[in-house]
Parts: sequence; C-alpha cells; structure tokens
Amino acid sequence: MITDIVIVVAAALLIGVYVSWRAGRIDRLHARVEMARAALDVTLLRRSSVALELATSGLLDPATSLLLGAAVHGTRGGSTDGGRPRDLAESDLTRALRAAFSQPDFRASLSGKEGADELLAEVEAAAHQVFLARKFYNDMVAVTRDARRRPLARVLHLPGNARAPEFFEMDDSLIADKASASPLAG
Amino acid sequence: MKIGIACPYSWDVPGGVQQHIRDLAEELIYEGHEVSVISPADDDTPLPPYVVGAGRAVPVPYNGSVARLSFGFLSVNRVRRWLKEGGFDVLHVHEPEIPSLSLLACWVASGPIVATVHTSIPRSRVLVVTYPVLRTALEKINGRIAVSEAARTTLVEHIGGDAVVIPNGVATRRYRKADPLPGWPGPGGAIGFLGRLDEPRKGLSVLLKAFEILGPQRPGLRLLVAGPAGDADEVLHKVPAKLRDRVVLLGQVSEEDKVRVLHSVDVFCSPNTGGESFGIVTAEAMAAGVPIVASDIDAFRQVLRGGEAGELFATGDAADLARAAGGLLDNRARRAELSAAALAAVADYDWPVVARDVFSVYETVVLGSTQVKVAAAGSDFP
Repeated sequence: MITDIVIVVAAALLIGVYVSWRAGRIDRLHARVEMARAALDVTLLRRSSVALELATSGLLDPATSLLLGAAVHGTRGGSTDGGRPRDLAESDLTRALRAAFSQPDFRASLSGKEGADELLAEVEAAAHQVFLARKFYNDMVAVTRDARRRPLARVLHLPGNARAPEFFEMDDSLIADKASASPLAG
Repeated sequence: MKIGIACPYSWDVPGGVQQHIRDLAEELIYEGHEVSVISPADDDTPLPPYVVGAGRAVPVPYNGSVARLSFGFLSVNRVRRWLKEGGFDVLHVHEPEIPSLSLLACWVASGPIVATVHTSIPRSRVLVVTYPVLRTALEKINGRIAVSEAARTTLVEHIGGDAVVIPNGVATRRYRKADPLPGWPGPGGAIGFLGRLDEPRKGLSVLLKAFEILGPQRPGLRLLVAGPAGDADEVLHKVPAKLRDRVVLLGQVSEEDKVRVLHSVDVFCSPNTGGESFGIVTAEAMAAGVPIVASDIDAFRQVLRGGEAGELFATGDAADLARAAGGLLDNRARRAELSAAALAAVADYDWPVVARDVFSVYETVVLGSTQVKVAAAGSDFP
C-alpha cells in the first residue's frame, strides 16, 4: 500500500521534472531564436549602412548611386510610402547591389580610386554576414518549430503564449545567376 | 540645329516616354534638324536610323517595382562617346531623375541642357539621401519642361527651380484617316472605348452600365471595346446576358488597328473617373475626328475646351452618360459639328505645334552658349 503511494508519487515527480525540462527547453529555444534574430537585424543594418556609404562615396556613377540609395531607403521601411515588407525590401537591396557588382569589369573600373577596394570589401563582408546570420537564424527557427510540434508540447501547451517564430526568406546572394548558391564564393 | 536626346527606358518596350521621344525626334527631323537619340535597347532590336543603342537595359528594383534601366560605368562611357561624336548644339534629357541614361548624360555633359519631366511622383526621401550625388548632374540643366501641371509640381519639389508646361503632342496625321473594321459601325450605331479593361479609373464599368440603359432602347446599337484585359469573361459577365453579343472585345490592338477602331464607331467614350493628367487617348480620338463623350474631369475639360469639342457628362454617372451618348447617336448634325470642333481643338496638341514650342526652349538655352561638351567632372572612368 505505502510502496504503491511511493511509486505513484515518484512517477508523478519524474514526469513533472521531465515536462518542466521540456518546457524549459522550448523556452530557451525561443530565447535563442530572438538572439539570432537580433544578430540578423544587426547584419542587415550594417549592410544597409555600408551600401549607403558606397552610394554616397562618389566612386560610382550617379545612376548606380541613385539605385543603391533608393534600395537602402526601402530597407528602412514604412517611413513615407506605406513601406514594403522587410524581406522584399532587403531582397531589393541585394538585387541592386548585384546589378552594380555584376557589371563586367566593375572592380577594374574602380581600382586605384581612393578607398574603393576597402569599401567594396566591406560591402561584400557585410553581405556575407547577412548570409551567415540568416542561415543561423533559420536553423534556430526550424529546431524551435520542430520542438513546438511534438505531441507532448502540443497537448500540454508548453510554448505558452510565445508565438511560433517565422523563417526569414530573402535573396541574399551577390552573385548573378547563382541566387541559391553561397554568396561571394571566390 | 544638332540635337541630342537621351531616353531613360528601353526603346523596344512600349511606353509613353519612348513614344513621346520618337514623335518629337521625327518631327524635328521633318523640320530639317539633325537629331540623335541615345536609348537602352537590346542589341538585336531594329532601331530607326536616328537612334543609337546604349546596350541592354538591366532589370533592377526601383521604388518598389522592377524597372529596366541603363546605369554603370559602361553606360557612362557610351554616353560620353555619343556626346563626343554628336557635337550637339543642345542636349535634351527626359526624366533626368530616373537612374538611367538621361541622368548620366546630364552628369557627363556640359553646355546647353534641356530636361523634360513626364511623371508626377510623390516626394520621397530617396532624393534627399543621394542628393549631393545628383545635384552636380541636375544643376547643369538650363531649361526645364513639364508635360503637365502635376509633372511640373514634381519637378519643382524634387529639383527646385521652375519649368514651362508643354503638353504631350499627338501625331494627328497618323489618326486622320483609316478604314473602319469590316462591318462597323453598322446600321444600329456603335460606341467605342479604348484603354485597360481592368483598371477601374479608366471607367469601363460606367460605360457598361450606360449600355444597359441604351442597349434595350436601341436594338442595333453595339459596343466596341479595345484594350488589354486581365479577364475578358469577367468583363462580359457585367453585361446582362441578352446584351452580351452586342459587346465586342478586341483585346490589345496594334497602333494601326487602334486608329481603325476610332474610325469604326459613331461615338467615342472616355468614361475615366480620374488619374489622367492629359488624356492622350481622348486627344487621339479627337485627331480621328470621332465625336466624343467624356467624363467631366479636369484633363478632359481642358483638352475638350470645356465641352465645345466634345460632350461632357457627370463623372461616374452612367445615366448621364447614357443621356449624352443617346443624344449624340440621334443627332447626325450635332455629331458632325463636334467632329469638326474636335479636329480644330486638337490642332493645339499637334506635334508640329508642340515641337515648335520645345524648339523655342532649345533656342533660348543655346543663346550665348557653346556646344555640348564632355565635362571634366564626368571623366572619372577610363
């Protein structure tokens, strides 16, 4: 009789510990998604600002400058014209950069100009960081969404009020015709 | 005079700016001037002898949509070569605030420069952001032209300074004569419409409602509708079933067929509910000499001389449209009167007249000036 009670209590305790561990894991996953998202935002902002620096550097012709400036403006979003969704605006900036960078002999036309090589390298590094940060963020989102979908998590409503994180999809390759490949390879 | 014209958009894509430049260039050549147009164009596009291709335009996102533009140092080099070889007395750039050839031409050139602004766009911060880059290029413009009051406002706000308004031209010769389509207008009479069927501001639905009133009263009356449609069936379903076979949808038509459509109807209808700054289609109908009923919006009231050159009806009011159109269909003498008045009124917008106005702007800016040259500031690229 007493042993039965002990077993039931012990089982309840074990289950409780396990459920709380699962809930804690989901909670930690959400926190990590948020950190990854913050990191992604930082890389996107950095890319925008260095693209704007390139646009206003006077290194490029005014038409390319204006295209880049307009694309950067779009990523700030929602300011004057109702705004384009963030992912589309960031993809627009990628395409504007790609259009500029994929001109034949683009690099050669700028080499020798003061600060040109450094600035181009900075743009490419910033774009590559966006690629990495977005990959890490989407990985975290996938793991988190998977954890939320488990039967136990669903039945016991473990995620609580935390909303399911969304993937961030955008075009982030600076290389023409290889939109799905890793950016800036080579 | 030797005139160089820069076009920002692909020559092989149909568009208002390209057509404007083509008509202007041909008119100036007809008047005996030497004209060269530089425009983005695919390498295999056949070009008229006065057009110099500047290579393929690249599709890029700009202001929320994808535009096909020419930019970059290769384009700069082509523009520079064109300017050097052209030895122009005046450079005329169109839409200089679009990031394409016109802006580049402004940037590279020095000497008398005229700019025409076609579109009206709301002020945005884009220009403020890159303004130092643009200022050098845009400050060189000596004479500014806007094709409408709305375009003038845009120009004043974005670039500063003032502009003269010279309306879009209509190549009236092209519209004057054409054979009607076989079987049109027919004994029962016909009403015509030209324009996008799925663009609400073009007002086709107002005309269709009016036809619901007119159709049953006039058993032979037909409706001839030409223009690109998203879904033709959807349009036909707005018409009662027993009238449906009297509404003929032609879809998108060629330039020649457009003129034939205008000559195939007894009355032409412009039911637009807004969004027109000039009303080019209405002006073309006037040039064809077809009697017009148009909604009472600013653009139409102006081009139709307040109703002298065409009947105006209350904008968006199908019953009033039915009354006006019915009145015209019943009165042959009134139709002849309106036709003559329209032909007289549209003469103001005839290309020879408009081109002369543009040319007098050229004459003003070349006074005391030298030829168009390649500026030192533009020689940054090898």
